[in-house]
Amino acid sequence: MNILIKNGHIIDPANKVDERLDVLVSDGKISRLGKPGSLPANGSQVIDAEGKFIVPGLIDMHVHLREPGYEYKETIATGTAAAKAGGFTSVCCMPNTNPVNDNSSVTEFILAQARSASAQVFPIGAVTKGSRGEELADMGELYAAGCVAISDDGKPVMNASMMRRAMEYSRIFDMLIISHCEDSALSFKGVMNDGIVSTELGLRGIPRAAEDVMTARDISLAELTGGRLHIAHVSTAGSVRMIRDAKSRDVKITAETCPHYFALTEEAVRGYNTLAKMNPPLRTVDDVAAVKQGLKDGTIDVIATDHAPHAMDEKSGEFDYAPFGIVGLETALGLTLKLVQEGVFSLTEAIRKLSVNPALILKLGKGTLSAGADADMTMIDPNVDWTVDASQFKSKSQNTPFDGWNLRGKAVWTIVGGKI
Amino acid sequence: MALSSKDLLGIKGMAADEIRLILDTAATFKDVSERDIKKVPTLRGKTVINLFYEASTRTRTSFELAGKRLSADVINISTSTSSVVKGETLLDTARNIEAMKCDIIIVRHSCSGAPEYLSTRLKSSVINAGDGFHEHPTQALLDAFTIREKLGRLEGLTVVIVGDIAHSRVARSNIYGLTTMGAKVRVCGPPTMIPPGIERMGAQVNYNMDEAVEGADVIMMLRLQLERQAAGLFPGVREYARLYGLNQARVARATRHVMVMHPGPMNRGVEISSEVADNTPVILDQVTNGVAVRMAVMFLLSGGSKAEA
Repeated sequence: MNILIKNGHIIDPANKVDERLDVLVSDGKISRLGKPGSLPANGSQVIDAEGKFIVPGLIDMHVHLREPGYEYKETIATGTAAAKAGGFTSVCCMPNTNPVNDNSSVTEFILAQARSASAQVFPIGAVTKGSRGEELADMGELYAAGCVAISDDGKPVMNASMMRRAMEYSRIFDMLIISHCEDSALSFKGVMNDGIVSTELGLRGIPRAAEDVMTARDISLAELTGGRLHIAHVSTAGSVRMIRDAKSRDVKITAETCPHYFALTEEAVRGYNTLAKMNPPLRTVDDVAAVKQGLKDGTIDVIATDHAPHAMDEKSGEFDYAPFGIVGLETALGLTLKLVQEGVFSLTEAIRKLSVNPALILKLGKGTLSAGADADMTMIDPNVDWTVDASQFKSKSQNTPFDGWNLRGKAVWTIVGGKI
Repeated sequence: MALSSKDLLGIKGMAADEIRLILDTAATFKDVSERDIKKVPTLRGKTVINLFYEASTRTRTSFELAGKRLSADVINISTSTSSVVKGETLLDTARNIEAMKCDIIIVRHSCSGAPEYLSTRLKSSVINAGDGFHEHPTQALLDAFTIREKLGRLEGLTVVIVGDIAHSRVARSNIYGLTTMGAKVRVCGPPTMIPPGIERMGAQVNYNMDEAVEGADVIMMLRLQLERQAAGLFPGVREYARLYGLNQARVARATRHVMVMHPGPMNRGVEISSEVADNTPVILDQVTNGVAVRMAVMFLLSGGSKAEA
């Protein structure tokens, strides 16, 4: 089926396009772009995008879809429905499922479940077997099965030698290693950022150094090995500074942050708010400023959500016992647009971080609206004012600290492979 | 005058007038425990539940006696295993108790914030009997009561709290309470036991105990948790006692009238020498006053005002 999207404002950073154009989609691919009114409808379904932006489909390179093993939190079906609702056409799912995605049978299961999903799913395999940090997982098998990167996300690879070997070995496939930077001896039993708020609340703190020492270690290992390193969920000023320095020395490193690390501080934990409990933890105003600066100057390449669904039964109760993490797929675009409205970066730059850069880093062949590319597109209404209502989420879980927030701008249509 | 909240969760945010009201009310209840018949009918027909998720003898007994001396029916629920292990959530447990109709639930829990969590979800009054490293408000109130009783005032006094401030709910509640009442608070301990930002709670920090106790009106010693050695918080008991133990020489550096306190249980020869401990009758006065202060808190939370006490 063909779709003609008329009168929209196209932003396609990969092709330096930033103008009003019509787009014709046929057979799941982008067929042509042309001046408004120049493309024939020829029986296509016509969408009027007057006043809207048409951008390459958003790509979230860091989500937890929970299937297999934790289907009560999320499934591939519900997680991708949430992705689509939030404007994401592709998601990369972390391997900390049960069983862990450390072999091709799990990867194949995920991809099979994803065939009927609302968004494209790209699995990320484990670095080590069972993500236990003891032996490398079969990286070649994971690569062949369709994993686009490897990570033991949720846990660090604490053994520096194991991380070194993983980075060396990854060069066979030029496979990206995504590092969850946390020294677990320093974070110990911490549940929030170590600072005045943790002191007042009497909660165990996770110092910023727990992240920073691992960022430093992994940058050194990337230099040593030549492996491609991606730092997940950057939350500290120190990590931003070290990544900026490493990039200036041409170390092969990229980095992501998540909306909560630029939208919230540790103050959100007050009242023992378990919806503000995540790992790495929410930090200070200085860290938020550094993360924004890192986004602005290109130190941080990607905005990812670390979408981490948990049932409300788990998230309520004693703060110490609640699991880390929040859902993010249905709020990420709105929160990123807030930075555009604040003047941190342009909409074009936002689209780079939400689509172009993750596609390049993961070599997905997406993130562009070139003729012949997959018809993955997001239509954004930049002027619609809306209120986050977690009860309306497509995700199976509602664990968000942003419920009730007023945001401006959201995805109104998401087209995945030519399908609305 | 009455208390502004249905609960007592912490000293933080309490006004000086509220603290004074509790202390004044406790003074009138203290007599009850001195009588031959140690009971008043004030809370007759009220039900008080001690819900303790952490082992405690002193505090639980103190609350139990306080309730009984006010003629309330007091039930103790002690569970050594956490709610998670038991398989029932904290809230479900508390709601079941509340369904049997109770007026006051006294909660001790190893997780900071657990009493606050319950207080917003229950109709009963919740009294925090110690939560994690957060607060232990009745301990701070009984400490303030004892200081005021012995030294006649709180305003202008210098109180030094020595020990593991980072892991102490007693220290936090006392910093809030004493500074609200106009005292100066110094905290002293190794840097491994001083939490970040404690100055912003109103306390001065000193790592040298000899300096910290100079001119002190009150020295409040905290119990050393010996298992903290394994986490690297201190090298060993011998060195700890040398650097942060209270002995006669250090007592002599304070004011002549200095008052030594300890919330118990004491590690004799570690944070406090036996010589000092045995010359410090106040430590048992703290225990006696604890009952009176807890009677006052239960009475006031049940809607009583000072005039009726």
